[in-house]
Amino acid sequence: MFLRMQPLLPRLLLLTGGLAVLFAACFLAGLATGSSGCNLAETWGLLRHPGQGDTTAATILFEIRLPRVTLAAVAGSTLAAGGLVFQALLRNPLAEPYILGISGGSAIGAILGMLAGLSSFPGVPLAAFAGSMLTLGLILIPMTGRVALASDSLLLGGVMVNAFCGAVIMLLISLSRSSQVQHILFWLMGDLSRLTPAGLPVLAVVLPCFLVIFLLARPMNLLLLGQETATSLGVNARAVTLVLLLATSFMVSLVVCQCGLIGFVGLVVPHVLRLLVGPDHRLLVPASLLGGGAFLILCDLLARTIPVDGDLPVGIVTALIGAPLFLFLLWRSGK
Amino acid sequence: MNALAVTNLTCQYGKKTVLTDVSLAVTTGEFLVIIGPNGSGKTTLLKILAGLISPSIGTVTLFDRPLASYSRRQLARVLAIVPQQMPMDFPFTVEETVLMGRSPVLGLTSFEGPADIATAREAMAFTEVAHLARRRLDQLSGGERQRAVIARAICQQPRIILLDEPTASLDPAHQIRIMDLMEKLRREYGVTVIMVSHDLNLAALYGDRLLLLGDNRVEMAGPPAEVLTYELLERVYGCVLLVDKSPLGGVPRVTPVPGRHIGARLSA
Repeated sequence: MFLRMQPLLPRLLLLTGGLAVLFAACFLAGLATGSSGCNLAETWGLLRHPGQGDTTAATILFEIRLPRVTLAAVAGSTLAAGGLVFQALLRNPLAEPYILGISGGSAIGAILGMLAGLSSFPGVPLAAFAGSMLTLGLILIPMTGRVALASDSLLLGGVMVNAFCGAVIMLLISLSRSSQVQHILFWLMGDLSRLTPAGLPVLAVVLPCFLVIFLLARPMNLLLLGQETATSLGVNARAVTLVLLLATSFMVSLVVCQCGLIGFVGLVVPHVLRLLVGPDHRLLVPASLLGGGAFLILCDLLARTIPVDGDLPVGIVTALIGAPLFLFLLWRSGK
Repeated sequence: MNALAVTNLTCQYGKKTVLTDVSLAVTTGEFLVIIGPNGSGKTTLLKILAGLISPSIGTVTLFDRPLASYSRRQLARVLAIVPQQMPMDFPFTVEETVLMGRSPVLGLTSFEGPADIATAREAMAFTEVAHLARRRLDQLSGGERQRAVIARAICQQPRIILLDEPTASLDPAHQIRIMDLMEKLRREYGVTVIMVSHDLNLAALYGDRLLLLGDNRVEMAGPPAEVLTYELLERVYGCVLLVDKSPLGGVPRVTPVPGRHIGARLSA
């Protein structure tokens, strides 16, 4: 039979090109939509000629919507890529920062940082990073030395750590002064509205993490064949795993500080993309970054346009979509 | 020249000693089969030869150079390993899996070029899986999957190939097919083959030399006719084993006897 192998580069360009267009469309729609409906033409005009036209509309666009949509994009990319990395390292399609308790650990760190009155940058994010590393240690250390780093017991351990983090968060909230409670609760449910335009540059910190993860895409492929096979193919499995865990925990804890706990993005996006393009991480990493951003912008759009009193936290939307999918995956993997 | 050599090697996991004072030299182009009871340290020895585990005491040399002086990628260009099991939680296609054999020669950022794809095709043709290129690994039969995994190892263009029980759980036709592939690899490309196996008869038919491990040490190493004697086998395996000559060329043939193993004798 005549054998034709598909070269990777054209597929990569086609996929990222397509998803970039989708991402840009979602970003624009996010900017153009508000409580007064969707006005693409006016938004486009304001973006092309800032400083002209309606000043109120310009203020809303640049002061409120732009930070919000940018945060949604960055958080979506981070959480999707984070899910992808954990799934590859644990060789389990159900692994995700939120489910494993990494996000919860970051939240504990962040709350403690806030209650201690640390600066919003870099104080609170560093406290969150410390929290995420601590939970990561709690999950991973009992597993080291055992053969099955990829086993279900790891996921089970993560679920327990997550539950524990939830209890600690509730304890902290119960102990804190009442004026802070409402604020913390809303943030915890996934709140994209807190970022100010001045806070936007902080988000750029995640970009080097994205680059590291993309560069380690092929080693991640090899790790899917097992640690020993990866090693025999020239990968320093331990170093790659460590760098990936650090980069992922760092960017996830930064995002948790900005917008609280948003679950299931890291589950939904990599899963759907894997169905579309297969398990090659050189395609999945850029696709998850763009797809995750677009997905969370859309979820936020949904949260903003569903008529409720005030805003719906976006974490509720992602959980309503993601939790049933998680159950479906679990059900299918058991078959 | 020796492809691989170990001298006075001892390996411990914690307090448990897995291998004691093992010495072995494998010449280039040899077909060596490591045999021995469960838990005798066969897989550990194979992993030490592959550089996956460092021995507690003793040295390993690869082409007369200490194994420890090779970088991971240098090692991967000389030596390929076919593991006993490979996880398939996120199954790749056959061609994707085989192409991964090119990783040691590619940098972190470069993609596989036409030369790498040609090598992968050659490897798939060699193990007769070219027609399965687009199939996912988890959709193949055991024999097809083993040939795909071996193609991945061959795609590394190694000078030594290490296999951990490659014929386990395969039917006789597939067992012979895998063994013939290894024999062909050695004959046509001069690759040194080192294999762990529980099948004493296949070992006798294909191995130039057998290494019998028992109780974590080398019991005997030599041509099949010298290693596969009933005195030695019965002592090491703890059961009655009849040894006669195979109708094929007179290599030893081993036949176990129902009901005659150590446990049976103790409970009788």
